[in-house]
Amino acid sequence: MTALELLTWARGTGLSLALAICAFGILLRLFEIFSLGRKADLSPPRDASPGSGWRTIVSRSLPPPGLFKRSPVTYIGGYVFHIGFAITLFFFVPHIELVRGLTGLSWPGLPMQVVDISAVAAILALFAVLASRLMNPVKRFLSGFQDYLAWLLTLLPLLTGYLAFHHVVADYTLMLALHVLSVELLLVALPFTKLFHTVSVFVSRWYNGDIFGRKGVAS
Amino acid sequence: MSATFDRGINAFKEVLDAPIASFFSSCVHCGLCAEACLFYTETGDPKYTPIHKLEPLRRAWQQEYTLLGKLAKLTGLAKAVTDEELAEWGPLVYDSCTLCGRCSMVCPVGNDIAYMVRKMREGMSAAGHAPEGLVTATTRAIQSGSPAGVKWVTVQAQIKRMQAEFGIEIPVNQENADYLVLMSSWEILNYPEYLGAVGRILNQAGATWTLAQDAYEATNSGIQIGASDLARELVGRIVGAAERLKVKCVISPECGHAYTAIRWEGPNLMGRPFGFEVKHILEVLDDLRRAGRLKLKGTLDKPLTYHDPCQISRRGGVYEQPRTLLNQLAPQFKEMADSGVMNWCCGGGGGVSANERAEPLRMTVFKRKKAQIEELGVKTMVTACANCRVVMEEALEHYHMNVEILGLTELVAEHLDEEQ
Repeated sequence: MTALELLTWARGTGLSLALAICAFGILLRLFEIFSLGRKADLSPPRDASPGSGWRTIVSRSLPPPGLFKRSPVTYIGGYVFHIGFAITLFFFVPHIELVRGLTGLSWPGLPMQVVDISAVAAILALFAVLASRLMNPVKRFLSGFQDYLAWLLTLLPLLTGYLAFHHVVADYTLMLALHVLSVELLLVALPFTKLFHTVSVFVSRWYNGDIFGRKGVAS
Repeated sequence: MSATFDRGINAFKEVLDAPIASFFSSCVHCGLCAEACLFYTETGDPKYTPIHKLEPLRRAWQQEYTLLGKLAKLTGLAKAVTDEELAEWGPLVYDSCTLCGRCSMVCPVGNDIAYMVRKMREGMSAAGHAPEGLVTATTRAIQSGSPAGVKWVTVQAQIKRMQAEFGIEIPVNQENADYLVLMSSWEILNYPEYLGAVGRILNQAGATWTLAQDAYEATNSGIQIGASDLARELVGRIVGAAERLKVKCVISPECGHAYTAIRWEGPNLMGRPFGFEVKHILEVLDDLRRAGRLKLKGTLDKPLTYHDPCQISRRGGVYEQPRTLLNQLAPQFKEMADSGVMNWCCGGGGGVSANERAEPLRMTVFKRKKAQIEELGVKTMVTACANCRVVMEEALEHYHMNVEILGLTELVAEHLDEEQ
């Protein structure tokens, strides 16, 4: 198999397969969550607090008082990685072109330099949070194989994309094929590892805001 | 033993719901919950990381309610939860968690960890892994009506004392009153002044109120140990009395978890909404103040601070009312660095104070509150939970600290303008 054949498979059959598994997995995991149900709360809420769940979805993105100082690497690393990754994923022009080719949807991209800096920042942040995971006693204690696997699966698309874009490795086609394949690995793993927080974070934050909100506490 | 263990696992299956499934699905092991938990911050031991306290419950969820987890269990890739494991987790679930919910406020993915620990205790107690102190307290509460074994005769003696001391009438079993007044064991035994204070305040406000002979105790060890059937029995006594006496409102005393038990868990335990209101005494004081029925005079003019009981403020939503009252009564009222819904627990909530095994740990984690008090330099602390008060008074003694603790209701009663 040549690099071109690999790329063709990755962009065709491979991508379709990965997207299908990812979509099926997300639906399955959401079904697993929601099918457990939730008993209606019969205690009268303190105030009618419409939207408290939705507000917490947004407000939990900010550190609560005092926490930033206790764990700066977690917060800074977390912000830089998530924002850098999102910019690279959604605002790199070739990515937008790919989505347009598949769905017809498109939006304006960002200049190459901005995306480039974002990707590097995200990669550096990933190494910073890995160092923190290995050195911080709590994180090291909590971490298992899955935590390191999720880290690697997240790093690979950023790294291969960066290498392909800068033509660092001679065989551009091969690098691009590896990039697409690494994205597919990430897609397949997303529903079945802690990477699923990408989706479930909206659910868990909503429940948190709802539970606290009816007691009159903005969480 | 295995029958008991099965009951525990069944209880796990029963409490697992969509919120818990979403919480476990979202955890990324960032460790921030540890930074919010005084059991970690004061010991530095990672095993006290809040989310780790739920590990057996998480595995039960994964293996029972997720496809991959079920496959892993079938193929032997995942090992099932064992009774030994639950025994090992007992101290984590009961001794090192006060259900204060501070972790639930900081988790970046929004996990309500305290909600899960409360639920996990259902399985732990069913499996026979609840600590002895809590089991004894719960048994006593079911048999005698009070976890401390306080009987009605003791209450009667305190009624007589308060009537003599303050020259007030304390009504018992009166129908159609505005308020049914409850007490916690600590108030009956250690701080009966609470009863005198509530009586004077309600009398001055022109409200009608009563005690009930068959429902004077507000504390509920059932929710601390995690036994909903027992919690229901204890709440049911209060609901029965409130309905029989046809009161408009039940006043939860200065006790944190009693408020959670009656106000938030009560209707769910009983399976129906109540026909009366449930309010914490601080809410009642604030209602009376706003209606112009709480007339105060004078102030307590010394530096003091307010300790938020977790179940009243963070888990109960009553954090503005005490501040309104203190701003009026105490010109030198100062806030601790973390206050209101981000307060630090006294270290003895959620049944920890009834659990003798946890006592050394409880003293260790009090270092957080100690540091807060020392940072502020006050010698007086006001609170609104008799359990916080007892726990902190013991710890202050342990650390040779000269700090007095006052109940807010008593402070208000001492400043009643009784000439008006």
